[in-house]
Amino acid sequence: MNSFGKVLSNGIVRENPTFRLVLGICPTLAVTTAAENGFWMGLAVIFVLTCSNVLVAALRNVIPSKIRIPCFIVIIATFVTIVDLVMHAYMPEMYNILGIFIPLIVVNCIILARAEAFASKNTVPLAAADGIGMGIGFTLAVILIGAIREFLGTGNIMVMGTALLGAGGVGFEPAIIMILPPGAFITYGLVLGALNSLQSRADRRRKGASA
Amino acid sequence: MSYVAILLGGILVNNFIFAKFLGLCPFVGVSKKVDTATGMSMAVIFVMAVASAVTWVVQRYILDPFDLGYLQTVAFILVIAGLVQFVEMFMLKASPGLYQALGIYLPLITTNCAVLGVAILSIRSNYGFLEAVVNGIAGALGWSLAVILFAGIRERWELTDIPKPLQGFPSALIATGLMAIAFFGFQGLFKSLFVK
Repeated sequence: MNSFGKVLSNGIVRENPTFRLVLGICPTLAVTTAAENGFWMGLAVIFVLTCSNVLVAALRNVIPSKIRIPCFIVIIATFVTIVDLVMHAYMPEMYNILGIFIPLIVVNCIILARAEAFASKNTVPLAAADGIGMGIGFTLAVILIGAIREFLGTGNIMVMGTALLGAGGVGFEPAIIMILPPGAFITYGLVLGALNSLQSRADRRRKGASA
Repeated sequence: MSYVAILLGGILVNNFIFAKFLGLCPFVGVSKKVDTATGMSMAVIFVMAVASAVTWVVQRYILDPFDLGYLQTVAFILVIAGLVQFVEMFMLKASPGLYQALGIYLPLITTNCAVLGVAILSIRSNYGFLEAVVNGIAGALGWSLAVILFAGIRERWELTDIPKPLQGFPSALIATGLMAIAFFGFQGLFKSLFVK
């Protein structure tokens, strides 16, 4: 079971789909107007990614390799339809906010990439671990970007309808541009840059310690 | 809504890259050179126009009458994947030159979320057949405008001295953000032209 945990943590940290592999950029930018939107989008992705990974791994010896991509897409589209219908029925408000990015999970490169690169070559438990790990990695990333944008753009962070920093916020003039589309690009770019910088600093320190 | 409003709105105001976040993976992938960006743009315009028309027909004459609305996602992605395959085979026979030029980009279009996005958006906006096609062409033209402009910028900035952590992807995102701010200017233009 050691490898299970390793694969799981791999998706969250070392191969984080948003920050290390840089996959699935469209939803990352589109749903991060607030931390909570990111959270629900992340849950939807965890569900689709885990289920499709498990099914692809289970059927990996049955699907002919020539038509594997269309097969993967149909499997993914099935689970996306389930999420779409469930969210439409039970959380109509969030469904409206996330809009077309729920059906567009079908073409999210993270999911097809994991089906092709991991699930189609590994056993069911490992594929499940990969799906959960990658899903959590994506979720944490969109919550982080969402929280930064919401904080700078509205001066507060809302969780389940209550303001995290008190009703008055922190008392600066919010930069509305941050919750508009340009803010998404700039925040994602700067967060990526900051993480790259931390990574190279850690690498240098490790090299210095071993030398 | 008039066709001109859909067309101009789709290209300048609701630009797929800068306002709707659709088709970003190929946007970053093919914007290294103006030539490749132009080639990909041609393929995207063609596929999005045809896909808009076909998915509209599928929705109106197959999914709606048989009450199969819940199959929309599955049906559309299959239609688009099949269409891209068909276009590829047709081009190989009919115009090998164009196929050579577009060859590598054609299969990539299936995973371009702009294609599926525009099809779903047209259905959700209750567009008629012609409006849906115009919407598809407008979205593709807006995408092309963005990717060709961006490739032009990128060719220059690849040669500049950027701090190492920001090289490559992060600086591409920040530059796109700055272009998105510039495109905000068109919102005012559009309002003064059409909303009186």
